[in-house]
Amino acid sequence: MPILETRKLTHIYSQGTPFEHLALDQVDLSVEQGEYLAIIGRTGSGKSTMIQHLNGLLKPTSGEVLFEGEDLWSTKERTRQVRFQVGLVFQYPEYQLFEETVYKDISFGPKNMGLDEDEIDRRVRRSAQFVGLDAELLDKSPFELSGGQKRRVAIAGVIAMEPKVLILDEPTAGLDPAGSAQILENIRTYHKEQNASIILVSHSMDEVAREAQRLVVFRDGTTPFSGAPAEVFTHGEELEAMGLGVPAMTRLFTRLRAMGVDISTPVYTVPQAREAILAALREKGAM
Amino acid sequence: MALKDITMGQYFPGSSPIHRLDPRAKLVALLCYIVALFLAKWFVTYAIVLGALVLVVVLSTVKPKALLRGMKPVVFLLIFTGLLNMFYTPGRTLVSFWVFTITYEGVLHAFFMVVRILMLISCTFLLTYTTSPLALTDGLESLLSPLKKLKVPVHELAMMMSIALRFIPTLIEETDKIMSAQRARGADFDSGNLIQKAKALIPLLVPLFISAFRRADELATAMECRCYHGGTGRTRMNKLSFRPADGVFMALALALAVGVGILAHAGL
Repeated sequence: MPILETRKLTHIYSQGTPFEHLALDQVDLSVEQGEYLAIIGRTGSGKSTMIQHLNGLLKPTSGEVLFEGEDLWSTKERTRQVRFQVGLVFQYPEYQLFEETVYKDISFGPKNMGLDEDEIDRRVRRSAQFVGLDAELLDKSPFELSGGQKRRVAIAGVIAMEPKVLILDEPTAGLDPAGSAQILENIRTYHKEQNASIILVSHSMDEVAREAQRLVVFRDGTTPFSGAPAEVFTHGEELEAMGLGVPAMTRLFTRLRAMGVDISTPVYTVPQAREAILAALREKGAM
Repeated sequence: MALKDITMGQYFPGSSPIHRLDPRAKLVALLCYIVALFLAKWFVTYAIVLGALVLVVVLSTVKPKALLRGMKPVVFLLIFTGLLNMFYTPGRTLVSFWVFTITYEGVLHAFFMVVRILMLISCTFLLTYTTSPLALTDGLESLLSPLKKLKVPVHELAMMMSIALRFIPTLIEETDKIMSAQRARGADFDSGNLIQKAKALIPLLVPLFISAFRRADELATAMECRCYHGGTGRTRMNKLSFRPADGVFMALALALAVGVGILAHAGL
C-alpha cells in the first residue's frame, strides 16, 4: 500500500469568479514508503498546489488524498495529525522563523504535537544534528544567522516532527553551490536513517537526476511523464519543449550518439558519464 | 480562510464613462454626493439621491452584485444601527412589549439611517471600483496641492498612500503563505479561546512584520537607485487631463447637493 496517494485530484482556484483557474486536473499520484520522489515542472504547472494537498493545507475541489490508505479529510483531527506525519518545507522557509532562539523555533512543531519536554529536547537536538547545526547555535537568535543556516533551522523545524513523508519545495533556491550541496546531503541522510519518503520539488533537472529515484513531471496541472530518471529523460524533446530540458550530461551524450559514438547506456549524472566514457574507451582498447 | 477573496477597495478595470472620468472630478463629486446624502431628509430627497446613485452604477457597468458583496462586513453595523434607532427614537408608539417600545418615528428613522449608510458605502466603493489606486492618489495629490503653500508634505503623503495601497495584496499573499507554513507545523489559528487565539497569532505576526520591514528597506533602496528625491521637479508619465465631461459631472454633483439641500429645507 502506498503511504500517500491522490486519486483524480482536481483543484480549482477562486471557483465561480472571473479569476477561476484550474490548477490540478484529475491527478493520480502515489508515493511508496521510503521512496525518494522528485516533482518537476515550470512555475505555474501545479507543483505547489499539489504538495499543499498532500498534507491537508488545501482541500481538493474534487478527488481525494489518502494517507496510509485513509482519507485526509475524514475528520478535523485526522487532518491535523496527518500534518505532523507529512512534513512540508515551503520555499524560502527561513522567512517563517519567529522565535527568540533557534531551539525554541525548532521545538514549535513538536510542541504543537503535544510531546513531553524530554522528547521535545531529544527531537530538537537530533534534528539540529541532521541539518548540521552546531549545538551552540541553538541558543542564538535565528535572525543572527546566515541565509544558509537560517534555512537549515527552518528545515530542522519540520524534521523535528519526524514525519514519515518529508516534502521540500525548492529547498536549494537562492543558495550558493556549497549550501545547496549541504542541504541535499541533509535530506539524503534523513531519507536513509529514518526510511522516510522524500518528495523534492525542483526545476533543476541536474539536481533531481542526482537525487531522486523517481520523477514526476507536471505540466498545466497534469502529469504527462513519470518514472525512473532514465525513463523520463527519453522524452528529451518534449521536456525541452516544456522549457525544462534534460540534465547537461544527458544532452551531451545525446549529441555524442548523434555524432556516431556508440554508447547505449542511459547517462544523466557526471559519475555515470565518467563510467560510460571509460567503458567505451576500454571497449576500443585504448586503455 | 480565503483572504484572497476580499473585494474591499479593489479596482475593477473597465472603460465605462465613469472609469474614464478624471479622478479629481470623481473625488469632488463624491464629496458633493456625501453632502447631499446627509442633507436628505424625507422620501423625496432620498429618492433623488438614490436615483443619482443608480444612474452612476448603471453608467459604470459595475455589477450590483459586486457592490453588495462589499456590504458583507458592515451587515452587523447596519442591523445594530437599525435596531438602536428603532427602539430609542421617541414618538408615537407603534408596538410595545416588556421594556421595549417601537415608535412610528423610530421605524422611519431606522429605515432612513440604514439606507443612508448603504448608499454611503456604495458610493465610496463605486469610486474605488472604477478608479485605479494610482489615479486616485494622483487626483488626491493634485486636489490637495494648494496646501503645499502651507508646507503640508502633500506629495509625500500621496506617495505613502499609493505605496500602502500597492502593498495590500502583497501582504495578504504573504500572510496566506506564512499561515500555511505554520499550519504545516501544527499551528492552529481557528480553535481555542480568545487568549489562545491571540497567542497563536505570534508565529504569524512576527515573520509578517519582519518581511514588511525587509520589503520597505528594499523598496527604499530601489527608489534611491532610481534617483527618487521627493516631489520637487518630478514629472509624470500619465498626466491628469480635465475634460469638459469632467466639468459637467462635477457641476451635476454640485447641483445635486444644492438641490437636495433646498428640497430638504422645504421639508421634503
